[in-house]
Amino acid sequence: MRQAGELDESVLELTSQILGANPDFATLWNCRREVLQRLEAQKSPEELAALVKTELGFLESCLRVNPKSYGTWHHRCWLLGRLPEPNWARELELCARFLEVDERNFHCWDYRRFVAAQAAVPPAEELAFTDSLITRNFSNYSSWHYRSCLLPQLHPQPDSGPQGRLPEDVLLKELELVQNAFFTDPNDQSAWFYHRWLLGRADPQDALRCLHVSRDEACLTVSFSRPVLVGPRTETLLLMVDESPLAVEWRTPDGRNWPGHVWLCDLPATSLNDQLPHHTFRVIWTAGDAQKECVLLKGHQEGWCRDSATDEQLFRCELSVEKSTVLQSELESCKELQELEPENKWCLLTIILLMRALDPLLYEKETLQYFQTLKAVDPMRAAYLDDLRSKFLLENSLLKMEYAEVRVLHLGHKDLTVLCHLEQLLLVTHLDLSHNRLRALPPALAALRCLEVLQANDNAIESLDGVTNLPRLQELSLCNNRLQQRMVLQPLASCPRLVLLNLQGNPLCQAVGTSEYLAELLPLVNSILV
Amino acid sequence: MADSLPTEFDVVIIGTGLPESILAAACSRSGQRVLHLDSRSYYGGNWASFSFSGLLSWLKEHQQNGDNAEESTASWQGLVHETEEAIALRKKDETIEHIEVFCYASQDMDDNIEEISALQKNPSAVTSKPLDSVCLSEETNSLHVTSSETHAKDTPKSDEEISLEVTDVEDILAEEKCCGDKTCINTASGGDKDENKPIEEDNTDQPKRNRITYSQIVKEGRRFNIDLVSKLLYSQGLLIDLLIKSNVSRYAEFKNVTRILAFREGKVEQVPCSRADVFNSKELTMVEKRILMKFLTFCLDYEQHPDQYQAFVHCSFSDYLKTKKLTPNLQHFVLHSIAMTESSCTTIDGLKATKNFLRCLGRFGNTPFLFPLYGQGEIPQCFCRMCAVFGGIYCLRHKVQCLIVDKESGRCKAIIDHLDQRINAKYFIVEDSYLSEETCSNVQYKQISRAVLITDQSILKKADSDQQISILIVPPMESGTCAVRVTELCSSTMTCMKDTYLVHLTCSSSKTAREDLESVVKKLFTPYTETEIDKEELTKPRLLWALYFNMRDSSGISRSSYNGLPSNVYVCSGPDCGLGNEHAVKQAETLFQEIFPNEDFCPPPPNPEDIIFDGDDKQPEALGTNNIIMAKPDSSEENKNPESPENHLQN
Repeated sequence: MRQAGELDESVLELTSQILGANPDFATLWNCRREVLQRLEAQKSPEELAALVKTELGFLESCLRVNPKSYGTWHHRCWLLGRLPEPNWARELELCARFLEVDERNFHCWDYRRFVAAQAAVPPAEELAFTDSLITRNFSNYSSWHYRSCLLPQLHPQPDSGPQGRLPEDVLLKELELVQNAFFTDPNDQSAWFYHRWLLGRADPQDALRCLHVSRDEACLTVSFSRPVLVGPRTETLLLMVDESPLAVEWRTPDGRNWPGHVWLCDLPATSLNDQLPHHTFRVIWTAGDAQKECVLLKGHQEGWCRDSATDEQLFRCELSVEKSTVLQSELESCKELQELEPENKWCLLTIILLMRALDPLLYEKETLQYFQTLKAVDPMRAAYLDDLRSKFLLENSLLKMEYAEVRVLHLGHKDLTVLCHLEQLLLVTHLDLSHNRLRALPPALAALRCLEVLQANDNAIESLDGVTNLPRLQELSLCNNRLQQRMVLQPLASCPRLVLLNLQGNPLCQAVGTSEYLAELLPLVNSILV
Repeated sequence: MADSLPTEFDVVIIGTGLPESILAAACSRSGQRVLHLDSRSYYGGNWASFSFSGLLSWLKEHQQNGDNAEESTASWQGLVHETEEAIALRKKDETIEHIEVFCYASQDMDDNIEEISALQKNPSAVTSKPLDSVCLSEETNSLHVTSSETHAKDTPKSDEEISLEVTDVEDILAEEKCCGDKTCINTASGGDKDENKPIEEDNTDQPKRNRITYSQIVKEGRRFNIDLVSKLLYSQGLLIDLLIKSNVSRYAEFKNVTRILAFREGKVEQVPCSRADVFNSKELTMVEKRILMKFLTFCLDYEQHPDQYQAFVHCSFSDYLKTKKLTPNLQHFVLHSIAMTESSCTTIDGLKATKNFLRCLGRFGNTPFLFPLYGQGEIPQCFCRMCAVFGGIYCLRHKVQCLIVDKESGRCKAIIDHLDQRINAKYFIVEDSYLSEETCSNVQYKQISRAVLITDQSILKKADSDQQISILIVPPMESGTCAVRVTELCSSTMTCMKDTYLVHLTCSSSKTAREDLESVVKKLFTPYTETEIDKEELTKPRLLWALYFNMRDSSGISRSSYNGLPSNVYVCSGPDCGLGNEHAVKQAETLFQEIFPNEDFCPPPPNPEDIIFDGDDKQPEALGTNNIIMAKPDSSEENKNPESPENHLQN
């Protein structure tokens, strides 16, 4: 019938019989929309009004059959959107009724947000509505989520401030509300998630974190605040050398050119000659509205400019920059709750996050203890917690390195399971990863363009994807790992300066012909220990 | 009517209280021919509910002690054969004592403004006005009321008002099934909405306290449905289960009790008992919230954690609570308002009671209790109606003079009624109050102390709504006395007139009802006076009218205490003192199983569509034949039972 173009009331009648029994039939809803669109042109306004009225009634009956039918709610959106004078008040009433039956029906919540936006319902009224539903049952993600959308609208920050955040008095009120919830039922996660949102901060602004120029490699490396894709011949990234633009080819350190934090380009010899007292390199990230400049002085091998992790609080983005008094008092109530509920994972995790936000180094020891407790009460998420802990430890080590103003990073004996923030290690020359639980040296490791010595003994490393294109790497020690296949050593061939390689204690050492294979693969390495 | 009464039955039941009515329904449902009699002019016996005038005439009747001229005992002697002997039944109800009535509302007769406006709002009341107002002039003398008015339900009610009230158990049930086996603490079924919007709106435009006169109370007397016993239904209790199972629930409507209150340090406060309550409570600190929730969650499955209470099995529950880090107010809440136990009860009993309370939460709302609209007296009538639907025959105002016992077999064969008619049956069920002094000479009865108050305000005023149903346990003032249970009903329960509250006080008696209860009444209320009193007193609700009486508690009496009852005569007890109806249901079920060990107790009635009208099929015939004497409240039941499911989505 659809193909024959027979789109009239009979189609409505037929589809309504099927949809009335089972409203989850997208094709039939599409059919109805086509019919209604056609009838819209043919009918008089009075007839149309009657038609719309029946359609709305029919939709309600479908919703009664299945209040969580995507198709039905969508059709209602579509229909209301086409009406010249939609009765939004009635729609709000409908939502309220359905939410009374099931206050967690997120389909209806979605529709309510649609209606509220269309009808320009004041956010204060909607907030009061979420209040009433939370009062009835606070285990309601949708309701909490709606609050997180409404509150910033109600209390917009002055232009300069971080967007999506709340003024302190509102924040304190919300914190009290949500505390009521998790003290009443600490196992309800919806409240904890809202709590995390309250204490969180907006996404960090786009920025160029680090710019590094190396005369030897004739190469410029940029590290971004978020993974980006710099396509060929696009304008996302502009390079100005001594204030004049220079066209370059951007690539990622591992050569795969996937979206990543770190991109680099080769520089022509003219940009690096020693005739001027210095060269300036400015990179402009047009999409992110950010730029950074660094200077290469005459006679220097390299030059860089980098954001300080301590100043920019790069690692506190999990929780916020709000006044530390607020965080401190939150920490105290959580500890109080933890005393009552020593085994509550949400509480433990929140304590850890709060401590991170307050002072990662001061609370390091305590945090590690909480991690241990948390792992014991929540063994299902042990791996996640290990990774999280690794991340925090790495962050702390980075901060310590920065305070010490060195380019050497010791991460040995830390039980690390994963390496992250590698894009922050652009300038590191010596890296010690020994005695951890690492299973791979990930591709992101290729970002360490200055790395000269890498020690990764006594791990469980099986792959070396990240040890690729490292221009300065001279020594690589991989004793007592789980390297099995010769193939995994392939990337090492791309490190031009590698002179010392220690593979002792790996399974592949047992295999016949390994030495010969290595000699062939790495002709320039003069000392290979197997 | 009585002339045409058949003389052969399977079961004769005397008394229309709750256990008798349940039994009647069960017997009739299982195909027995049932004759259900009551010597009173109303259903329910001591379980009944009365309009205000109905209550006044009930009082009058019970105050006239002993002036009933003794009828001749001889008239039925001739009907007893030589091989038989007779067991006489009691002629006069003696279960009610120490009636005291106090009227505080002003008794002037001037037509004030409120009265007129009230009448304008409800035109139906105008029509009934002349008759009532005539008898009003003398407050105590309200015996003019005809018996047909005993049932206040005849009052016409506007449909609109009713449909908004509906909280139909059946529909809630459907929801409840969807919820599956979630623990009740988590399930707050969204089915029932307690506020009654129209009424609320009406009240908002009354900034000042209303002045309600006695004449208004009498004039609006039909709005009252005053229970003789004050009970509530545990939402997971036996009675609810039975109502649902037997489908009798369709004859009744319920409202959730909205608040659990506590009386502590001279103040009434709301007890947070559900998860939502605890979350919303402004009175509790965060830590208290956690501790309370933790304790309640533990109670819900305390059997699984014996280590947590084993050491305290021999302690009292109150001592046990002290060890659980609960702050004093939390201890009070748990002990008196949630477990509702005496301080002396054991740890295990306390935990059991707490668990029972918590189990009932969330099935129909945020408190564990339901109250039947139009009063507790509805419930026995609902079962009577069920009995009648399956062919049971009903006779009110029908006295039974004696039971006839066959000397040889020792079994009861028949009864002789007040018309000297002999009615044969196989089984006889008699309510305790019908048994003669001689039969009961060895029985030691307990007593229940009751007070019924009409007040002008709630004991805990809340800004959000004045339509609250509250239950409050006042712990004993001094040791040795009992805790007093206070139930406060608002007008949307259809038990009192607008702008008043009906308050029931109940405790097991140690003295007369007034002596037992007056101290609590004085703590919570202040008598109504025309002259304004000091401010502190004004914050309390004012008493408009008060009634005290003692009722016999014949529960828990073993059958062997009765003298010389034949084995096929079974005794049902009157109302007990407890909050729930568990005793009555249990008794009915036990007796039914004793009489008909192989029969199902109140199974769901067949779906009308499944009934095959075919030849000898007995049941469908019974449904249609005219020997059913329908229970009187039928007409009104239909009124207030708009069974259209649309109501729930469309209103």
